[in-house]
Amino acid sequence: MTSPDYIKISQGTVYDPTNGVDGEVRDIWILDGRIVDAPTDAAVRPSRVIDATGLVVMPGGIDMHCHIAGPKVNVARKMRPEEKRKAELIHSTKLTHSGTMGSVPSTFATGYKYAGLGYTTAFDAAIPPLGARHAHEEFDDTPCIDKGIYLLMGNNHYVMQCLQKNEPEKLKAFIGWLLTAAKGYAPKLVNPGGVEVWKSHQAGNVSGLDSLVDHFQVTPRQIIGGVAKAATELRLPHSVHIHCNNLGMPGNWETTLETMRALEGHRGHITHIQFHSYGGGNGDENTFNSKTIPLAEYVNSHPNITVDVGQVLFGETTSMTGDGPLGYFLSNVYGGKWFSSDTEMESGCGITPIKYRNKSLVHALQWAIGLEWYLLVNDPWRVVMSTDHPNGGSFLAYPQIIRLLMDRTYRQDVIKTCHPQVRERSTLGDLDREYTLNEIAIITRAGPARILGLKDKGHLGAGADADITIYTPHDNKETMFELPRMVIKSGRVIVEQGEIRDPLNGKTLHVQPDYDHEVEADIQTWFEKYYSIRWRNYPVDLSYLNESCVVPLK
Amino acid sequence: MTSASTQCYAPTANVPGELKIVQDATCTFCGCVCDDIDLTVKDNHIIEAKRACVLGKAWFLNHHTDDRPSCLIDGKPATLEAGYDRAAQILTTGKYPIIYGLSDSPCEAQRVAVSIADWIKGTIDTTTSVCHGPSGMAFQGVGEVTCSLGEVANRGDMIIFWGSNPAESHPRHFTKYSLMPKGMFLPNGRKDRTCVIVDVRRTKSAKAADIFIQIKPRKDFEALWTLRALAKGIELDPELVERETGVALSVFQDLMAKMKACKFGVIFFGMGLTMTRGKHCNSEALLALTRDMNAFTRFTAKPNRGHGNVTGADNVVAWRTGYPFGVNHSRGYARFNPGEYTTSDTLANGEADSGMTIACDPMANFSQPAREHLASIPYIALDTKETPTTRAAAVAFTVATYGINTGGTVYRMDDVPIPLRPAFESPHPSDFDVLTNIEERVKKILGIT
Repeated sequence: MTSPDYIKISQGTVYDPTNGVDGEVRDIWILDGRIVDAPTDAAVRPSRVIDATGLVVMPGGIDMHCHIAGPKVNVARKMRPEEKRKAELIHSTKLTHSGTMGSVPSTFATGYKYAGLGYTTAFDAAIPPLGARHAHEEFDDTPCIDKGIYLLMGNNHYVMQCLQKNEPEKLKAFIGWLLTAAKGYAPKLVNPGGVEVWKSHQAGNVSGLDSLVDHFQVTPRQIIGGVAKAATELRLPHSVHIHCNNLGMPGNWETTLETMRALEGHRGHITHIQFHSYGGGNGDENTFNSKTIPLAEYVNSHPNITVDVGQVLFGETTSMTGDGPLGYFLSNVYGGKWFSSDTEMESGCGITPIKYRNKSLVHALQWAIGLEWYLLVNDPWRVVMSTDHPNGGSFLAYPQIIRLLMDRTYRQDVIKTCHPQVRERSTLGDLDREYTLNEIAIITRAGPARILGLKDKGHLGAGADADITIYTPHDNKETMFELPRMVIKSGRVIVEQGEIRDPLNGKTLHVQPDYDHEVEADIQTWFEKYYSIRWRNYPVDLSYLNESCVVPLK
Repeated sequence: MTSASTQCYAPTANVPGELKIVQDATCTFCGCVCDDIDLTVKDNHIIEAKRACVLGKAWFLNHHTDDRPSCLIDGKPATLEAGYDRAAQILTTGKYPIIYGLSDSPCEAQRVAVSIADWIKGTIDTTTSVCHGPSGMAFQGVGEVTCSLGEVANRGDMIIFWGSNPAESHPRHFTKYSLMPKGMFLPNGRKDRTCVIVDVRRTKSAKAADIFIQIKPRKDFEALWTLRALAKGIELDPELVERETGVALSVFQDLMAKMKACKFGVIFFGMGLTMTRGKHCNSEALLALTRDMNAFTRFTAKPNRGHGNVTGADNVVAWRTGYPFGVNHSRGYARFNPGEYTTSDTLANGEADSGMTIACDPMANFSQPAREHLASIPYIALDTKETPTTRAAAVAFTVATYGINTGGTVYRMDDVPIPLRPAFESPHPSDFDVLTNIEERVKKILGIT
């Protein structure tokens, strides 16, 4: 090699919360896809200088909870042709594929749009391990971003069997094996136990943390506690990732509180917590109200817990979930088309189109509760921006959420357009807090990186992946964040002002925990008895990953 | 930009005269995609296919590599390079190029085919449009309540086949998935299940049924709506029901009582439903009935898909374009319109002016106007053997057989992706290789980087 090929981002106003940099003018040097210290030899000249004078520089955004690939996402694509023709058109170019938008964009469009928004990493949050191969195939067609999957385990028969027989070591080995076999990143619980009940009973579900899952005779509490402990002991970079029981139900805040308690001090991430923060009872709309305050207080005083919000935005979208009974419930509420699929030994799935209306009390409260969460959690490192794309709305709404958080006047103006009861049933109208740019950088990149255990992402220190977004400052923060000036991924300029310049294919982030391989024989016996495919054909081999990136254990 | 990485398992080397065993190979003959076949290979022949059904055995044991050139241009042997060049030229000069087939190709090849369609602003369509396309359209109307085949094996205590004859089309369906298995919640296997077959004729499958219901031809829609009405408790005129469907109301009432009483019902449906009068309306009625039944118990439905990877084709086309089949890119973005962009229509209407067929034989099974038009335009054909379609092609590639000679991924009828473990190498290129080479040339001609 001759002189190294440096890139320098010159004189940008840098927000790098991980390294304590809050809006300071700095240079950032890049070499071989990573951020490096400035060369000590003053004679070294970068091969490219990006003048960021007057611009804001942040690490690339990280979406830690979205639905962008795999079986249910693709079903939703097939099921919703009606929303694509009126959506933005994605033309093919000399560099890029065509695609379709709507609430569930096609794979290429997903990659381009995330990159265009300044996001460089995203995790699909609910993949049945039996469909992991499918998710990885789609990832290979999802350019520009690094990706990973969480594996559904909350209704896995082997998991429940281990808990029933009180075999924590076996459970730990199973989780280690499953993450390795399916090239997953984290264990995901979706309505733990409830989906199994749904499979065997009409409108079946569990009602709370101590409901018994028949046949297995275990409770959601046991599943949550058991998997949380196993994740800790396996030293996984991310904790157990939990979609609580009773999503969307009035009065479910108590279930959510009990779920946090069921962690018994282990790390746990409660996802799209907005959908789990409701007071009221008996499905009665008149009693529906916000219970963000008591839940946020619990989060504030328990550092083992992190959350992402699952913000609702007004408009049409597609609900998609591994929570089979929830899909049934929603399809009855909305009356539209409904997809449900039960996956053997593992999980369920529900999909239905939905529309959030600002004049609906329930929907407006959902919107307000989401914003309350951002504003009531004191430590921004433990609350992450998400829309649970596409469940609460599209990831493309993130700039709008940023404006709502940074501009209380705008927030008050939007509250005025909502159902009038929102002010009485939530505290949103009384909250004055405004996010700073540094805090936005935390909840959209630095925080999720830390929660996910991604040491090379979410910051701009030496050694980090050179995933960088450069924004043009603007008083209207929605304008600022919806069209980054430039996006750099692995040291390459992939987007300029919304135009794709270099649609590289990213890495797949996964884990390889140490586990007791002796247990595999037992897993195999169980597997061969009940699965409809062969044991040897289940694991996803590395050839499916465009570029494998094994993230180190804690 | 696609990484052309995923040809996961390559065949291991063969030593002349020695036996080689390939365990857990996958049969791609039908949508069951059985992945438990043990192949014995000797001198580039499969001499045993353990656990394969009669169709699978024929697929594996009768496989022989066609002794013909890998490439023919205008019927004359040519080099592959010349074939790729000519193919790229054909695909880039037409105003309305179409690409069709794909259901007997692995997903890796399907992905390249969709890329080519995108670059040339062509139409991409799969054989779904002539089998379960109507089910795909019905799905867009009402959705679907479904499950994986292992769920059927473990839980399905009432199995209904409607317009489907798995005894002949999917011979291991009964034993591997739907009737015979002793499942987790059905310890006695067949004894714990009720099997109902609804068809317009007494098929070979009827022997397997506890209840066989023979409805009048072309009256599936009426029969399904009779059941929907009974599910909702609506009173019906017995004479009208029998006159319309050919079946006494009491038979439907008895069936509905059993459906409500079961714990986990499954309806498998076939082209007897989707390709007869009513088409997508029939599928929609069946999917709606299944949905209705979930107000009483658990019920699911599943199309019995035919070709080995037609389900993969639906998935690949959907994840790349947003639509499952019949996708047109002429404006530079994807549009979906079955009946307009589906291949039998683009041909019969005389619209397509060039094309490429992959693992399908429209010259043998399309309508006469469609065949006549296809014969009149320049097109490329990829197939493992000589067919009427390859004979009339401007460029014909003889390709290796997926699952026997090449690896890759296929999707079972229940959307479960399964890897292929090939037995031995073919002298012919894979369709993935051919398509990749064509794509490279197409991109070069069009200036795509």
